[in-house]
Amino acid sequence: MASPSPGRMSGPSASTGGSSTELGVILPYPEQAIARRSFEPVAAPEHPLIRAARSGAASMLPTMVMIAGLLAFWQLLCGSPSATFPSPLAVWQESHDVIMHPFKGVEIGLTHFSIQDGGDVGIAGHVLTSLSRVLIGYSIAAVIGVALGILIGQSVFAFRALDPLFQVLRTVPPLAWLPISLAIFQQAQPSAIFLIFITAIWPIILNTAAGVQTIPAAYRNVAKVLALNPIEYFVRIMLPATVPHMFTGLRIGVGMSWLAIVAAEMVQGGTGVGFFIWDSYNSSLLTDTIVALIWIGMVGFALDRIVAFAGRIIGRAG
Amino acid sequence: MKQRSYLALEGVTVEFPTRAGRFCALDGIDLEVEKGQFVALIGHSGCGKSTLLNAVAGLVEPTRGAIFLDGELVDAPGPDRAVVFQDHSLLPWLTVEENVRLAVDKTAGGRNRVERRDWVMHNLELVQMAHAAGRRPGELSGGMKQRVGIARAIAMNPRVLLMDEPFGALDALTRAALQDVVMDLQARLNNTVLMITHDVDEAVLLADRVVMMTNGPAARIGEDLAVALARPRNRLEAVDTAQYAEARSAVIHFLHERYRNPATLAA
Repeated sequence: MASPSPGRMSGPSASTGGSSTELGVILPYPEQAIARRSFEPVAAPEHPLIRAARSGAASMLPTMVMIAGLLAFWQLLCGSPSATFPSPLAVWQESHDVIMHPFKGVEIGLTHFSIQDGGDVGIAGHVLTSLSRVLIGYSIAAVIGVALGILIGQSVFAFRALDPLFQVLRTVPPLAWLPISLAIFQQAQPSAIFLIFITAIWPIILNTAAGVQTIPAAYRNVAKVLALNPIEYFVRIMLPATVPHMFTGLRIGVGMSWLAIVAAEMVQGGTGVGFFIWDSYNSSLLTDTIVALIWIGMVGFALDRIVAFAGRIIGRAG
Repeated sequence: MKQRSYLALEGVTVEFPTRAGRFCALDGIDLEVEKGQFVALIGHSGCGKSTLLNAVAGLVEPTRGAIFLDGELVDAPGPDRAVVFQDHSLLPWLTVEENVRLAVDKTAGGRNRVERRDWVMHNLELVQMAHAAGRRPGELSGGMKQRVGIARAIAMNPRVLLMDEPFGALDALTRAALQDVVMDLQARLNNTVLMITHDVDEAVLLADRVVMMTNGPAARIGEDLAVALARPRNRLEAVDTAQYAEARSAVIHFLHERYRNPATLAA
């Protein structure tokens, strides 16, 4: 870029090259330089790694203190031998095997994993089983949900036809679908997948549709003036403009899937983390249930973060 | 039949259906613009200026009448009538360069990648925004965004450049800087321009003709004033001339005497 000659953009004084005063010549400061200056860091820059570590520690510390405090409080509350609920120490002692050997009976390769049939499987094996069901059901829901969302967002006719139906169906609790799902598929695995699908799809449809409907008129006018064809409009305008809404739906959907899978597996039995909880409750192993709860929470949190992260990456790529 | 002007509006009437019946925004507008002419449209809010511009852009279809550009009937939007929108309408997920590139890709048939890139950068340089090519609109000030909006429009090599109150949302100093950009571009490219404005000084300074519109509904052209200032223009030289003062006075008398703002009349 050529360096801007003073006054070129500041207009009037360009011809004179600056105005003279008693104290000296005033040269107009180029606008570009002013604009660029505001993007420069003010303080001396710290090494990025040190800065990241510092801010990481600052945000982690309160969490750590809080967790330690809660554990101590819980121990105080449930520490006596007469307590009906196990203390953290009791969980650590009684479920030591479950905590320390989560991958018992699980074989994990680079591209596949296999879980021992029946009998003694670690908690991670059950979580993986549940995750694989969620992955299949949720992926189908994401593809069909986004497609249906774009359809009813684009077409007023389709919206009028389908929206009331969706609004009613989305309020049906996931477990209410279970008998229907079992009746259709007869087996545990496909009916659990169907349950995930039917739970996750509604927020995906409705948020995608809202995203398409709220594309600003300004962007549509730009597309018209540029005479973009329908495919260009879809790729260059509609998808990027809708991505934030779409991923709001996808995030709600993945959270609801994870809620539904545990409930479904508790009722259906066999395998999965929901079954693990039910099984440990029936065997009066309450400490195992507590360990499973922590696993479920962590995995659910991770799922939410993964979808949010994907949304940010795709949103940025445009 | 007589020879039509480069841009010709013939009896353009625009009506919108509303719940209270038909609302007539424009009533039989006749306007002729020669090639290379800079026309400013001025009038109070709600007088249908934007409707007129959108009709030329093809975004609004006239109920009656027709618009011809270079002898061809305007019946759809297209890149030969590039629009600079008031809210700049840059796509936030694209960088400055990609925003202009999107327009160039739709209009630069036959040119290869390098030529297209060069053309994008050339147009960004015309508005002094080449340094921000890699930034996204969210990182730019309002004035910078509108510079990019102008670069995107002129990069399309439009037959007529339409500006819908392009500087309405900017502060006075930024607005003056952008007006200088437009004067500079006009001196270099000699585009045919139709610009909407609320600002009397802006209209007189930039335009060859100031077209004044009566108050809506059913707005018409009230007066068509030629501004006899020599080109290329310079703000400081222009404001001290008698022509500038006369033109400015005529527009102010039209807007504040003959067709006062309906809002102030009611007050």
